[in-house]
Amino acid sequence: MAQESVEVRESYPELDAFYDSLSDKNGALIPMLHRAQGEYGYLSQDVQLYVAHKLGVPASKVYGVATFYSLFNLERKGQYKINVCLGTACYVRGSEAVLEAFEKELNIKRSETTSDGLFTLASIRCVGACGLAPVVMVGEKVYGRVTPDDVKGIVDEYLGKAGEGNG
Amino acid sequence: MSSMTSQVRIALRNCGVIDPENIKDYIATDGYDALAKALFTMTPDEVVETVKKSGLRGRGGAGFPTGVKWETARRSESDIKYVLCNADEGDPGAFMDRSVLEGDPHCVLEAMAICGYAIGANQGVIYVRAEYPLAVKRLQIAIEQASELGLLGDNILGSGFSFNLKLYFGAGAFVCGEETSLMNSVQGGRGEPRLKPPFPAVKGLWDKPTNINNVETYANVAQIIRRGWEWFRQFGTEKSPGTKVFALAGKVNNVGLVEVPMGTPLRTIVEDIGGGIRNNKKFKAAQTGGPSGGCIPAEHLDTPIEYESLIGLGSMMGSGGMIVLDEDDCMVGISKFYLTFTAEESCGKCTPCRIGNMRLLEILDRITEGNGEEKDLDVLENLGNTIKDTALCGLGQSSPNPIISTLRYFRKEYEEHIFNKRCPAGSCSKLIGYKILPEKCTGCTVCARNCPVSCISGERKQVHVIDQERCTKCGVCFSKCPFKAIIRG
Repeated sequence: MAQESVEVRESYPELDAFYDSLSDKNGALIPMLHRAQGEYGYLSQDVQLYVAHKLGVPASKVYGVATFYSLFNLERKGQYKINVCLGTACYVRGSEAVLEAFEKELNIKRSETTSDGLFTLASIRCVGACGLAPVVMVGEKVYGRVTPDDVKGIVDEYLGKAGEGNG
Repeated sequence: MSSMTSQVRIALRNCGVIDPENIKDYIATDGYDALAKALFTMTPDEVVETVKKSGLRGRGGAGFPTGVKWETARRSESDIKYVLCNADEGDPGAFMDRSVLEGDPHCVLEAMAICGYAIGANQGVIYVRAEYPLAVKRLQIAIEQASELGLLGDNILGSGFSFNLKLYFGAGAFVCGEETSLMNSVQGGRGEPRLKPPFPAVKGLWDKPTNINNVETYANVAQIIRRGWEWFRQFGTEKSPGTKVFALAGKVNNVGLVEVPMGTPLRTIVEDIGGGIRNNKKFKAAQTGGPSGGCIPAEHLDTPIEYESLIGLGSMMGSGGMIVLDEDDCMVGISKFYLTFTAEESCGKCTPCRIGNMRLLEILDRITEGNGEEKDLDVLENLGNTIKDTALCGLGQSSPNPIISTLRYFRKEYEEHIFNKRCPAGSCSKLIGYKILPEKCTGCTVCARNCPVSCISGERKQVHVIDQERCTKCGVCFSKCPFKAIIRG
């Protein structure tokens, strides 16, 4: 079979352990990818090949699944992920303008990462906090009723943190 | 007070009342009574019959009778059957399932066990969005605690009936709310739908008979079993008994979850519970059903809300998102917003949805940019109806609804965009411009200092002027002018 000729270079003991812990190996692909992304931050080509090898499925299937779901990243992301909610409630309360303000402030487009690897800007669809619309999430932290004027302050907060971390 | 009295809490009865991380709180509010009642005093057929008689319909949006689903799954013969819970709440602007899972996870577990007993299934799966970490955590705690007390697992309460539950995490795909897509996803594949029949109740997860219901549907079940179908039917209407939870959001004063009896007029929700429109603006429309629904205009505010009436208005119940729009919202823009969503979330398996929605979106793009043509309205309607008739699954079959419903009630707004290149709501940035009224301008220079592209000129204490060529229509001057000397139009 074709995939057997693919050399899997690295080993991923975390994934092996996770696979062994699954009581039901049927349908393990998506849980494996969730775990891999949790461990390594994103799904590199090597990781995808390894998962394919481990589950005995074609690499094309793994790639097909990894690209189907929006939560899976195929590229490394910034240290801080800024997610602007574009759900309906946020949209009608002006989240598009907030997203544009972030684009301007960080000088990147949505779904891009700043060159220093600090920020990734993305839009998401509804975090279920519509009462706080428009909502921005940085990592796990939620900012509610955000206006374009708040954007610089939010970015500065994390620039400060990053500075402390390095100093 | 009226905002309280018009609400009836069945699905949300424990949310915010009990500690969701302590099973004893749930038991103290008669939790797991219904499961014990079913296991020890009712036959599986009687459970199915009770749910059927209650008239409970699927709260995920389509409104299919829950008892009929259960009956079909019960009659399907198989050694293994599954009970699935659809907790992949993907409608942008809906958060009722999240509240139930976070506020009262045991009511879902209990209902799934009851369902397992009724249809003859020993395994259940909750498919939950990975975007809801707190819901996931509370479900895990709930499953653990229920298993410890013997309310889940082998030989529940010594009845001989066993039921095991697992969580499965979604990975961000709206189409996975469609039941056949969801099952493909649980099997570890791309969440693409398949043709029905066979229905999941006959051939579902791993090709075994499977009952699949939405979170809010399950949240009603224990109460129906415990208090009887007659009790449930006292709420709501003949065809749509019970209550519905709505996630009220948008331009109303009070946003949040509301649970009202079916048949409650839209006006009660918007004006009494929602407290009317923010900033004394005018109500324009209520959007229900998310990307699958439509916009209900002011003249239909007195319509009683139930499955059939909403479909009659060209919208649908959907999972319960209700976004209130005011005079500043452009209806073409709202359609474009939803089409952007469905075009992005289309799984790509069938042609009408994959290509058709993209064409609809391109036309809406053109219209909002001032490049609309006369024939566009016919194309939108014809193509929209074709997609509805031919798409493979519920996503595609309902994706043109936002366009078709806004064309029905707000056609003039489309025509203004196309023929007069004007956006009456002043929301489509390419179709609006800003002007300084010389008689009101005091020359205070606030606008010029705040303009991000420095396109406003004028001496201090002299009338200022906007260079229309360079203006990016960002609206900063409009919002900053202390003398309301800048108009949009």
